[in-house]
Amino acid sequence: MFDGLSKRLGDVLGRLRGRGALSEADVDAALREVRLALLEADVALPVVKEFIDGVRPKAVGTEVIRSVTPGQMVVKIVHDHLVEMLGGEASELDLSAVPPVVVLMVGLQGSGKTTTTAKIAYRLTLGPQGMAAGAFGGSFKERKKVLMASLDVTRPAAQQQLKILGEQAGVATLPIVPFEQPLGITRRALEEGRRGGYDVIMLDTAGRLAIDEQLMAEVAAVRDAAKPTETLLVADAMTGQDAVNTARAFNEKVGVTGIVLTRVDGDARGGAALSMRTVTGRPIKLIGVGEKIDALEQFHPDRIATRILGMGDIVSLVERAAETIEKEEAERLAAKVRKGQFDLEDLLQQLRQLRKMGGLQGLMGMLPGAMQAKAAMQKANLDEKLIKRQEAIILSMTRKERRNPDIIHASRKKRIAAGAGAQVQEINKLLKQHAEMVKMMKRVNKLGEKGLARSLGNMMPPGFPR
Amino acid sequence: MSGEKKSWFTRLKEGLSKSTQRITQGITGLFVKKKLDQKTLDELEEVLIQADLGVAVAGRLVENLRKTRFDKEVTDEEVRGAFADDIAQILAPVAQHLAISPEHKPHVVLVVGVNGSGKTTTIGKMARQFVEEGRKVMIAAGDTFRAAAVEQLKIWGERAGVPVIAKESGADAAGLAFEALQQARAQGADVLLIDTAGRLQNKTGLMEELAKIVRVMRKLDPTAPHSCLLVLDATVGQNAHSQVEVFREMVAIDGLVVTKLDGSAKGGVLVALAERFKVPVVAIGVGEGIDDLRPFDARQFARSLMGLETAA
Repeated sequence: MFDGLSKRLGDVLGRLRGRGALSEADVDAALREVRLALLEADVALPVVKEFIDGVRPKAVGTEVIRSVTPGQMVVKIVHDHLVEMLGGEASELDLSAVPPVVVLMVGLQGSGKTTTTAKIAYRLTLGPQGMAAGAFGGSFKERKKVLMASLDVTRPAAQQQLKILGEQAGVATLPIVPFEQPLGITRRALEEGRRGGYDVIMLDTAGRLAIDEQLMAEVAAVRDAAKPTETLLVADAMTGQDAVNTARAFNEKVGVTGIVLTRVDGDARGGAALSMRTVTGRPIKLIGVGEKIDALEQFHPDRIATRILGMGDIVSLVERAAETIEKEEAERLAAKVRKGQFDLEDLLQQLRQLRKMGGLQGLMGMLPGAMQAKAAMQKANLDEKLIKRQEAIILSMTRKERRNPDIIHASRKKRIAAGAGAQVQEINKLLKQHAEMVKMMKRVNKLGEKGLARSLGNMMPPGFPR
Repeated sequence: MSGEKKSWFTRLKEGLSKSTQRITQGITGLFVKKKLDQKTLDELEEVLIQADLGVAVAGRLVENLRKTRFDKEVTDEEVRGAFADDIAQILAPVAQHLAISPEHKPHVVLVVGVNGSGKTTTIGKMARQFVEEGRKVMIAAGDTFRAAAVEQLKIWGERAGVPVIAKESGADAAGLAFEALQQARAQGADVLLIDTAGRLQNKTGLMEELAKIVRVMRKLDPTAPHSCLLVLDATVGQNAHSQVEVFREMVAIDGLVVTKLDGSAKGGVLVALAERFKVPVVAIGVGEGIDDLRPFDARQFARSLMGLETAA
């Protein structure tokens, strides 16, 4: 049902393999697939459009990094733009006001407000001793004295649920007074918070529909009375297109300072995160990743971005490729080729670079359209073992031989073959390949420097051993 | 809640009208009486996508419209009618009642779903409905995990006038289901509703636990459970596919209940689900009151979704 974007782009862009810069037509073809992927990940349509409009100019004209395909390049650009739209850096809870600082929790029914309230309170209470507290950011560096109060007088036993969670987590809860209304509970919580010397007061509210005017007015009244420093919208990661309506309504009527995304441990792609972030402009501050009290984590935009796109490790592949193939190295090679000096030492370096990128087997797993690539590889008879063997052969040569392949005649070949544990035919094959490469490079050379750099990139995995 | 009892149809329409507003405005904005061209079709497709119908189904419905009406002069009403007909056609086969068989004493209904979808509330409403039909009903509080889930269900039991069988928090859910079935048999109950803890479908361990509940009950009654309902939240997006797929594998889902249809969410994914899985939709939830559970009517749902009058 939900094919990853990478596979899709692999199909669409497979035939574009090996061109230099991304053309407008390439980008449009790719972005059609991106649009579908985003919609399938439940990103709301208006947000999808905004996203596509934002990413198009970034992609058109981008030079494709050597050793990645145009499709992979597009995924990388899309991913980076997505991370940016999701908020770039991780954002923390703001608890810097004069205590007691009020945190108001709002959201639809069943979004996970009560559980999340208890999780945040627990983590604040625990301070740095808490599990994984280090990964949790500044707001959790010190222990806080926290009071929780449930204003949920609608759902049966909701107040009791928070009370039990408080007992389990060792967090104080405001005693329940039967039939007290939300505003009354709020006032009592504020008073108790001041009197008891609490640092933080967490107000859990009843779930409400964004279109329920009456209940939205009620929570607005609570906000006016409590003056929260943080008003967190709790939303389910499985939410569909309606995420925009909900987020917009809560932000307009109550004023949201941050979003908590729950059930991120499920298998939903979580497009709601992008929808809500975009329409409210508010950061996603925390994510719920399980039912246990400590299953709360900081939000990492890059992880959610990867998940929304459903594209495995493509992004890191492109990053690694970009790192591995240093520019100077490429330029140095280019210069050598220009002078017709591409010797076996250079070939050795090329081979090593290939292996440095995680080896072909590793690469295969990360590639979109991996099947396609695999077939091409088989045809070219290129596998990791072969690269290793060729490396061994070159390493069995003397420095003089590597720089002057012409001097390698019969007896030298025998010695090299013995040293590398190979047959003489294999030495011949390697030398022939090298000679062909040099010939081709000289030809390409006439196309000028830019054409050369490009051809070098293309030559390496698919073009090399025949 | 609001006290006075409106006809269920009025309430369905009120509930759905909220979800309908946007979709209707979208389409009405597109048409007065003009030629149905590609641009209009694209816009229509977007309207359907925004109702969570999913890209594939939206594309197919629009394609259907293109074949029959392309380049013809069409009005807003016609387009909406055509869409409603197509949607109703997809939904009609899945609009079914939850048939309670008198042969089983009790008829066991197992209610499952992800966290927060509305299982407990739905059970409260269903219990009331069965009581009103003159049946003897019992409830088993099988959510032994979530804090105060048992208390929540007990309050629903009181409201519906139905006994709730429960154990301490953390007890084995399968064991509880077994005992509840024993008790329900001994007391000659017609229906036993079993609540379960919310679980995400990708948690293998929790899903196994669900299979265990079924296995253990079958030691008493090899035909139990007689109905297995998956509760879906109307706000859910395309993940509903995965939910139905996995839950169905584990416990043979034979009915869906769609909750929270009184909100702004359109529940359009239901159309895609009907097409793909053909699992009956036995009820919809349209509010937090005990009477806010409705049968699912394909034509009315489709026409209401498109903002059309439901008469005839």
